[in-house]
Amino acid sequence: MDSVQLSVFRFDPETDKEPRYCDYQVPVKEGTTLLEGLLWIVDNFDGSLSFRYSCREAICGACGLFVNGKYRLACKTQIRELGNGEVVVRPLPHLAVIKDLVVDLDRFWEKYRAIHPYLIADRSGGQGFYQSHRDRQSLEEMLNCILCGCCYSGCPTVQTNPRYPGPAALLKSYRFVADTRDKGGVERLRLVASEDGVWRCQTSLNCTETVASKP
Amino acid sequence: MPYHRILVVGAGLAGLRAAIETSFEDVAVLSRIHPLRSHSVAAQGGINAALGNHPEGRDDNSEKHAFDTIKGGDYITDQDAVELLTTLGPKRIYELESWGCPFSRNGEGKIAQRQFGGAGFPRACFAADRSGRAVMDTLYEQSIKRGIRVYEEWLMLDLIVSGGRCSGVVAMDMVSGRVSAFGADAVIVATGGAGGVYARSTNSYINTGSAAAFCYRRGAVLKDMEFVQFHPTSLFPNNVLISEAVRAEGGQLLDREGARFMSRFAPVAMELAPRDIVARSIQAVIDQGHGFENAYVHLDVRHIGEEKITERLPAVREIAMQFAGVDPVEKPIPVQPAQHYTMGGLEVDSSGATTIPGLFAAGECACVSVHGANRLGGNSLLETIVFGQLAGAAALRYLQGLEGTGPHGKALEDAEAEVERHVEALLSRDDGERAAVIREEMKRVMSDKLGIFREKGTMQAGLEKIRELKERVKKAQVGAKGRRFNLELMSTLELPAMLELSEAIAAGALSRSESRGAHFRLDHPERDDVNWLKHTIARWTSSGVSLGCKPVVITQWQPEARRY
Repeated sequence: MDSVQLSVFRFDPETDKEPRYCDYQVPVKEGTTLLEGLLWIVDNFDGSLSFRYSCREAICGACGLFVNGKYRLACKTQIRELGNGEVVVRPLPHLAVIKDLVVDLDRFWEKYRAIHPYLIADRSGGQGFYQSHRDRQSLEEMLNCILCGCCYSGCPTVQTNPRYPGPAALLKSYRFVADTRDKGGVERLRLVASEDGVWRCQTSLNCTETVASKP
Repeated sequence: MPYHRILVVGAGLAGLRAAIETSFEDVAVLSRIHPLRSHSVAAQGGINAALGNHPEGRDDNSEKHAFDTIKGGDYITDQDAVELLTTLGPKRIYELESWGCPFSRNGEGKIAQRQFGGAGFPRACFAADRSGRAVMDTLYEQSIKRGIRVYEEWLMLDLIVSGGRCSGVVAMDMVSGRVSAFGADAVIVATGGAGGVYARSTNSYINTGSAAAFCYRRGAVLKDMEFVQFHPTSLFPNNVLISEAVRAEGGQLLDREGARFMSRFAPVAMELAPRDIVARSIQAVIDQGHGFENAYVHLDVRHIGEEKITERLPAVREIAMQFAGVDPVEKPIPVQPAQHYTMGGLEVDSSGATTIPGLFAAGECACVSVHGANRLGGNSLLETIVFGQLAGAAALRYLQGLEGTGPHGKALEDAEAEVERHVEALLSRDDGERAAVIREEMKRVMSDKLGIFREKGTMQAGLEKIRELKERVKKAQVGAKGRRFNLELMSTLELPAMLELSEAIAAGALSRSESRGAHFRLDHPERDDVNWLKHTIARWTSSGVSLGCKPVVITQWQPEARRY
């Protein structure tokens, strides 16, 4: 079996003065994912390495990382595809590090909550709403967002303006604006239409590059 | 220490639905991960309810749904609970829809439905092939709307029972490593299945089953643990789920010679026979040397065309391309069976009440029982929202009749101190095996000895091995000594609990000398209704699992031969 060297960012803010990188030689075969590699380190080498994970099939959004300078989900990144050289694994940039690869996403979720991320409707119960096949399909792209936080981490406007909602929250807002069942109307738009809202987007469009949920 | 009148453990669909039901009370949710990372998001194919929206489903009704579920479960389902499930199904689906769930639509603008295995009609409502994600997003959005408090990244490590009733849990804050008791007058456990005890599983890595096992250790009873579902089609080699929706949309199973082998095993239902039958058929084909690399068969959808694959199966296509380098539009998908669902679980009545007053359970960690010996695709999501709601309602009723509410101070402090001492002892031990070694042995034993085809001798060896591992884990050490987000510490704390569940699975399977649903014994290949039309009950004792039994509830469907 081949092996690949993973150079992994390590930092415990409670005990470390500054971050460092630890190198691990990880066995790799066809199909071995970065998440499997990280779990191998914990099981066989160094149990103190911290990272988040859950579904390992690119649907839960827990394992967003910054790998060789690109945003990726660890679970669907095959180590072999990263080339033959060293693989540098870092936490999502521009976010406070809780430990090693685990970052603080509290602000990300705060902004998600702030856009009223739920259907605003004038009735409930009964037989539900009608919605045409076409209207439903028009939501598909927004529904594919798994809220991994990669776009938020990579957005220069988020980094310079703490009040800016960021791409994921704005996308969520539009998911409801575009839903024929939603009656949020002007109220919903007001939540994002301020100077620090959607107009603050500088169209650098890093978010479209960082979308980790796409192949 | 925190106190809430109701504490829900687990923030997947069952847990959030229970929390929503009780949201006007003082309720909080405790979860080892952010709610949206729960395993519920991994459900792909759909959620069953007899809406009759499909042209071929006009004659469908909840009674027919109940019959399919009971037959699918090989008659060991409790029929009163199944009728509750299928009768309340449509109401819960329309509720989800009115909360914004983005169900796929048919030409009339109604919720679209597709045919699933073991179902008499197209009954599975879906949101493309990301149904679980869609429902999960919807319930999380509703929990935000209601301002439900969630303790994120807290791992439950014990259940507190005092004065004959449940009074809270002990949990660890994963970030700081701090142990704390949580007082509660009612606890609803909704922590999912136990796929983590098997080597080959489609489950999320977080699905260890440990929370249910901690309840078991404190006196809650387990039921029907031997019934473990193996999904027919997990991706080779890393067992990511390939949805039943692929077969629902026309996917065909082919052996190495290109033969559509299901014609030999289920000539009428073919690929859409129930999961236990399809999984056994695939495994038999592989075992007889007609698979590929002695490991997998082909699932072929090329004939249904790129347009339909893109619209109906986008996630499956992405998964196959990402994890196996196969585009289903051009090549068949390599698939093999893998552990998928825990039919057994904490014994509850149809309101979700366990055998401990004040402790409720819902979803995959519970056994109502509506799935019996084999769950039908599309019924697990339904179970989470139907019985999540019922468990919430039952907890509210329980509170009304309760005298002397409020935190049980001394009991909580003692329980917290006991877990803290255990954690300290683990961290200060400097010799012994690492838990990961024992965990991998457990997974291998469970997959090798308690898999799709079972037999007395191998199961006996498996049970003995599990008991050996239970002893070895007592002396395990944790290499990483820090408290902060210590993955090794957490998995070491969970492993003894996982071994308890493994033991219950093995002992139950060994005792059940018949074949029923997913439990197939080479040495007892027939169903035995005379001796075994009953549930297996497992009680924890300090010297190991103690087995008993409980009658099956039959309302109107007498057991008959199960053919497809």
